[in-house]
Amino acid sequence: MKSAVIVFPGINRERDMARALTLMSGRAPAMVWHADIALPAGTDLVVIPGGFSYGDYLRCGAIAARAPIMNAVRGFVAKGGLLLAVCNGFQIACEAGLLPGVLMRNAQLRFICRDVYLRVERSDTAFTRGYNAGQVIRVPVAHGEGNYIADGETIARLEGEGRVAFRYSSPDGMVDPNWNHNGAMNAIAGIINEHGNVLGMMPHPENHVEAAMGRTDGRGLFAGLVDHFKLAA
Amino acid sequence: MGEGFEPSARHVISNEPAITPELIAQHGLRPGEYERIVKLIGREPSFTELGIFSAMWNEHCSYKSSRMHLRTLPTKAPWVIQGPGENAGVIGIGDGLAVVFKMESHNHPSYIEPYQGAATGVGGILRDVFTMGARPIACLNALSFGDPKHPKTRSLVAGVVAGIGGYGNSFGVPTVGGEVRFDRRYDDNILVNAMAVGLADADKIFYSAASGVGMPIVYLGSKTGRDGIHGATMASAEFGADAEEKRPTVQVGDPFSEKLLLEACLEIMAKGCVIAIQDMGAAGLTCSAVEMGAKGDLGVTLDLDKVPCREIGMSAYEMMLSESQERMLMVLKPEKEQEAEAIFRKWGLDFAIVGETTPTKRFIVRHGGALMADLPIKELGDEAPLYERHFIQNKRRPVIDAASVKPPLANADALEQLIGSPDLCSKRWVWEQYDYIILGNTVQRPGGDAAVVRINDGPKALALTSDVTPRYCEADSFVGGKQAVAEAWRNLTAVGAQPLAVTDNLNFGNPERPDIMGQLVGCIRGIGEACRALDFPVVSGNVSLYNETKISGQDVGRAILPTPTIGGVGLLDAFTKSMTLAFKAEGESVLLLGETRGWLGQSLYLRDICGREEGAPPPVDLTAEKRNGDFVRALIGEGLLTAVHDVSDGGLLVALAEMAMASGIGAVLQAPSTIPPHAFWFGEDQARYVVTATDARRVSERARAAAVPLLHLGATGGAVLALDGERALPVEELKRRFEAWLPAYMAGVENGLGAI
Repeated sequence: MKSAVIVFPGINRERDMARALTLMSGRAPAMVWHADIALPAGTDLVVIPGGFSYGDYLRCGAIAARAPIMNAVRGFVAKGGLLLAVCNGFQIACEAGLLPGVLMRNAQLRFICRDVYLRVERSDTAFTRGYNAGQVIRVPVAHGEGNYIADGETIARLEGEGRVAFRYSSPDGMVDPNWNHNGAMNAIAGIINEHGNVLGMMPHPENHVEAAMGRTDGRGLFAGLVDHFKLAA
Repeated sequence: MGEGFEPSARHVISNEPAITPELIAQHGLRPGEYERIVKLIGREPSFTELGIFSAMWNEHCSYKSSRMHLRTLPTKAPWVIQGPGENAGVIGIGDGLAVVFKMESHNHPSYIEPYQGAATGVGGILRDVFTMGARPIACLNALSFGDPKHPKTRSLVAGVVAGIGGYGNSFGVPTVGGEVRFDRRYDDNILVNAMAVGLADADKIFYSAASGVGMPIVYLGSKTGRDGIHGATMASAEFGADAEEKRPTVQVGDPFSEKLLLEACLEIMAKGCVIAIQDMGAAGLTCSAVEMGAKGDLGVTLDLDKVPCREIGMSAYEMMLSESQERMLMVLKPEKEQEAEAIFRKWGLDFAIVGETTPTKRFIVRHGGALMADLPIKELGDEAPLYERHFIQNKRRPVIDAASVKPPLANADALEQLIGSPDLCSKRWVWEQYDYIILGNTVQRPGGDAAVVRINDGPKALALTSDVTPRYCEADSFVGGKQAVAEAWRNLTAVGAQPLAVTDNLNFGNPERPDIMGQLVGCIRGIGEACRALDFPVVSGNVSLYNETKISGQDVGRAILPTPTIGGVGLLDAFTKSMTLAFKAEGESVLLLGETRGWLGQSLYLRDICGREEGAPPPVDLTAEKRNGDFVRALIGEGLLTAVHDVSDGGLLVALAEMAMASGIGAVLQAPSTIPPHAFWFGEDQARYVVTATDARRVSERARAAAVPLLHLGATGGAVLALDGERALPVEELKRRFEAWLPAYMAGVENGLGAI
């Protein structure tokens, strides 16, 4: 699996992501600077990692969505390439129009860093094939603006088309306001686009790939992607 | 008078305000200090020069009250690469790696403007670390707030915590530990002490001493604005009734620029472009330029027309005293100028050659073609006033006989109350606002005895902690100083680390008061003694004085509790062997290591349950500390222990409750009959650890051989803490109380526990 991690100024989880990708795919990703205009030839997977691109000084992700490299990313996605967008990456993907909706400030108006439980809603996507549908995984979140919101029509469409990939839940998989730390609509933690080749999610699977750092629940996502490309080859 | 000084007409600088006694006083300079300036330069200083002197000679930058006492601290060990005097301390950890760390206060700004004050405190300490060539890998912070009932406390907590998170999270460094306390003595002067830890190659450390004549001095980072002018001077005086009016002296932080500055600095360092580097912190351009020149025995000439400014029309005075953030000064290898500039341009940062080094040892500042300052550079730093201030030792307080303290509550009720109290309750509400997992190396998260952070891909890891018990320091500053060091050493030991070195952040009131000066002197003596005994040298630090507020109609201000925060760093050979405090399984033996006398003087039990702030603090026997700690560390290394927790604030029962709450597993426990039960459970005797083991006999034999006192307390199991003669305490209920207070307080609601 040949991956490319996009680095905007102010992105700060690119090392975490690169380490997880290297660990799980056996191959270090290319690090692509925001001012570049092309992705490395033969890229299988593009990743937009977390952080505070351009300081998040306008709206989270709004400036990054208009960076030079994003034209290449849009082109890559249009041709069916896989894009994993995590945390600030999710915000950027929404701002870039690659995913619907927007990430608002957390309901309690504070930054929250903690482990949360996610219910995996489907296992038949390239991103979630490493899990079983209904499985509950535990991964960390670290964000101030992860409260997913979209208009009623969009939410209905996302739900109707089964495009919610992950939902915040209790440890036994129940959707419950007490376990939805940021107040996201329908407890949405991650969604895919209509073609299933873009995943945006707020939690950080890349931070739970080693037992010594807490858990290994994040491995399934990367292992699934590696499998996906193995099968495709 | 300095060498090479030639008084002449060129020193007469017109167009500036006249120097009046009022102006001198406004600059925080005493009349005697001003006379010293005139004598030193042989004439009246210009307005800009007066500003430069005030920046260099204030307490914050010159350590004029503390310097002679700080010299007594031990600063050397085979693993120390750089002790105090640079931007941060440096220790070697093997494999060609070095750890760079320091703690620094941002107390005054954080009280006036909590979000920006705390944020720029974090930014400043991060810069200190990466200035030396290290990539920051962890932050900690020690916060002291006023009485929860004080009307300002809640908003100060909210602002400071958001500010620390806002800066550290965006910069991308994990904030992994620290402490939060509440006491009415911090009502008008909160403390925000931030510590940063970085990792560098041991042979690629960068220092601030310039070398070579005619080398370009480069200004890097953000533009200079009018923010923070006189910040360091403000931090060198007590607050009056006008504290709130000092908001313009607080800087505004930009973590995004700092992140870019980090990456750009590390890149040009790796390319070998840098001769010397100094961050612009307190007193900005003045302090950084003077230090680089003075340390290198060189003069410095600055051309302020070249300084990138945020606003037009800034005067030389303003530029020299601005504390705008995210700026650096660097002496560059001339042949690498273009390469360095290209790197900074790539990161979108300002890069300007603003001066050069000279052989004259003079600090010369030009602006708009005019000479604005011409001062002897060595004397600006080295000839700063040094005061041997009068001090009186604090009076010894009586030892409290535990048997004379009648327990007002059953011990089970006292425990419930203590773990739900502001000082002992869970600080989750605070640390969940910090990203403590970024960089993917956090082995032990906040909430344990010490944070553990893996080094690169391991196997080594660092243990990090910050500690001090201010009420002990006030009751007996010598013992309190020792205890702060001992507790930091113990916390590092409890996770299995070998303690290596400390940074100290000494927060006190007005040193011109003999009693306050006595606290400072006593604490430094105690810190020195403990650091020597524990082979735990001081490699960096910061002194914050004048944490005091004048009260109208009274001569003596209200000072904070003496708070010498100790930041400790230890090393683990293998991160996989780090020990945690949670009970691991049912049916394991619970053992207490170290001697228990039932010391209630200055304990939280006496203060919070009995309402008495009295007595001598627990004595600190450094021989016992070393023996017991070395024993615990050896047993952890051999895999004989399953959980370890140091016993500190709140005493033994609080420590046991924390071990139970962290795991959900209860325990059945007995107290010996020789000590009154409340004194046994809540006394704060030092040098103690609670451990669990599967093979208690082996641990006992080893303890006997090492002459470490050991007591069998009972065994883990069940879902309650069961003490003989007390009602059983469900662990879930303890946890609920432990987690309840702070979120309820911050939400402004009664938490139903009657604690506030």
